[in-house]
Amino acid sequence: MFLNELTKLSGVSGCEFEVRNYIKSKLSEMGCQFYVDKLGNIIAHNKGKKNKTIMVSAHMDEVGLIVTNIDSDGFIKFKAVGGIDQRVLNSKVVLIGENNIPGVIGSKAVHLMTEKEKGVSLPIDKLYIDIGTSTKEETEKLVNIGDYAAFKSDYVEFGDNMIKAKALDNRVGCSIILEILKEKLDVDFYGVFTVMEEVGLRGAETAAYQLEPDLAIVLEGTVCADMPEVEEHENSTLIGKGAVLSLMDNATVYDIDLVRRVAKIAEDNNIAYQYRRSTSGANDAGVIHKTKKGAKVVSISVPCRYIHSSVSVASKNDLMSALKLTKQVIIENQKGE
Amino acid sequence: MFNSELMKRLSDCFGPSGREKRIREMIMDEIKDFADEITIDPLGNLIARKKGTGKKILFSAHMDQIGLIITHVDEKGLLRFANVGGLNAKELLGLRMVFDNGLEGVICQEELKDNEKLSTSKLFLDVASTDKEFIAKNFRVGDMCVFKSEYYETEDCVICKAADDRIGCYVLIEALKNHPETNNDVYYVFSVQEEVGCRGAKTAGYNINPDLAIAVDVTATGDTPDGIKMDVKLGNGAAIKLMDKSIITHTEVKDLLTDIAEKNSIKYQYEILEFGGTDAGPIHTSRDGVPSGVISIPTRNLHTSGEIFNKFDVEECIKLVIGTAAK
Repeated sequence: MFLNELTKLSGVSGCEFEVRNYIKSKLSEMGCQFYVDKLGNIIAHNKGKKNKTIMVSAHMDEVGLIVTNIDSDGFIKFKAVGGIDQRVLNSKVVLIGENNIPGVIGSKAVHLMTEKEKGVSLPIDKLYIDIGTSTKEETEKLVNIGDYAAFKSDYVEFGDNMIKAKALDNRVGCSIILEILKEKLDVDFYGVFTVMEEVGLRGAETAAYQLEPDLAIVLEGTVCADMPEVEEHENSTLIGKGAVLSLMDNATVYDIDLVRRVAKIAEDNNIAYQYRRSTSGANDAGVIHKTKKGAKVVSISVPCRYIHSSVSVASKNDLMSALKLTKQVIIENQKGE
Repeated sequence: MFNSELMKRLSDCFGPSGREKRIREMIMDEIKDFADEITIDPLGNLIARKKGTGKKILFSAHMDQIGLIITHVDEKGLLRFANVGGLNAKELLGLRMVFDNGLEGVICQEELKDNEKLSTSKLFLDVASTDKEFIAKNFRVGDMCVFKSEYYETEDCVICKAADDRIGCYVLIEALKNHPETNNDVYYVFSVQEEVGCRGAKTAGYNINPDLAIAVDVTATGDTPDGIKMDVKLGNGAAIKLMDKSIITHTEVKDLLTDIAEKNSIKYQYEILEFGGTDAGPIHTSRDGVPSGVISIPTRNLHTSGEIFNKFDVEECIKLVIGTAAK
């Protein structure tokens, strides 16, 4: 499984090089043809039987932080990159910059908080990163303004085939593409690893412009809200209930005939699937389907609890379902009408 | 003469954003004898062409209407939903909705606790059945429904659902049927997914790559009690848009439309809309840019089950489209 290694890498939007270098090395090992485009997307080509141009895409980037200021005591101020869950930033370990300098996100101690501040999550401007230095000069030797910081969080397998890691959104998608490319199937498709999804679906737009796909399969880690205090109809997705098919989100109304066809493929192959109950959020499909003359898109996701935080949880079973379904959709579509 | 029969059919035809199959087929059937060439692009836009070797002109009216998408069917057979397009929870309560298969439901709300705000997640659709098998067979997550309301007209005005933008489709159909003698290469586009962000127009604009583009869509009016402050009134003629959130009308296009209206004695009014956008938004920034404008049909009570427009305004819009096609 590539996922273990993929989730250890830093790849905040706009700074995806660790993830890109890892994927490039794996593609080279496999002997897979690929190139990196101007924005940093990796476009890999699996040659084989071809009926139409298929693009299978997943974004490499993750939400994170960017350094904006260093104060006189050497503490680092920062801003969010992408829609980070700000409630959970305090007391997390991060890795900063190309040299992965470790730091801790801190705030004033609970003892010093006013009654009003207690029990309330702190806004980003009240937090800072502590890298164990005590002057501006010391910090500046290790960290620069503009450096990115990503969560540090181990990959752990636990419970009933569950995984805990950071950035499961969307290293799950990247790992699925790598697994399928590794199989060297005799079907034609482009495996695309995009940049800057979390800040506005930017890489996918230029990738789709280059490929002009007839069909794009967008792989994602998506919101799972099956926890206490969430009403059944607001669950979005359920962990362990299979690959997720999107019907509509903020950026795409999925072609219903295509979605139902994919559901049928899942049923015919005994692959567990579920529909996404929420229409909020957006993914790369939103720009891909509108590029140039337009494309058909389908979105297959893996449910991730605690998404956009330092720990997310996903089920290996769901990952396998998404992988099998993606592969089957590619195969069925290259068979011809 | 206003073709009430056509407008009623257009208004009654099912077609929320992303589910335009039925309305596309209806319009295609209506125009097939009048176009030189008809194509459907990958997103589902219907494009009717009157061939010529002159200037390439694109007219666009969107086929889709606002609606709801089913997100969950619960144990009791009650349906949860989300908006397709701009809808407000408090305007939905008590409305009758109809699905593509003709089945209906009514929008109800949960008992709200004190101070709890009404939101879409507190609403559900009761489809009038306690038969689980019937519900499982007929209602699926992903199905969409639209307002159910009856077409009604007086001597001068019409009340109907989905006037946004079936009245624009009506204008283009009538213009195509009365297409002028011209050397221009004219594309009548019936676009998809405008209500969720003008998505169809983006790919149609790219594909056609026109020299001039005109969207035909409804606009709000400023002639109701305590309404928004704007100068557009029902019955004051075709509205030539100067600006909205998606476009600042190209000055040459504004002058062109004004000139055509003046020369042909078409009654017109200028429109500045402080919210919203139309298909002209993504089209005018397509490729290396397209001088674009909008001809609007003034419409009251927008995005509700009873939108109101004036038949005289519609006639003026048709004349303005025909005049532009010949320019």
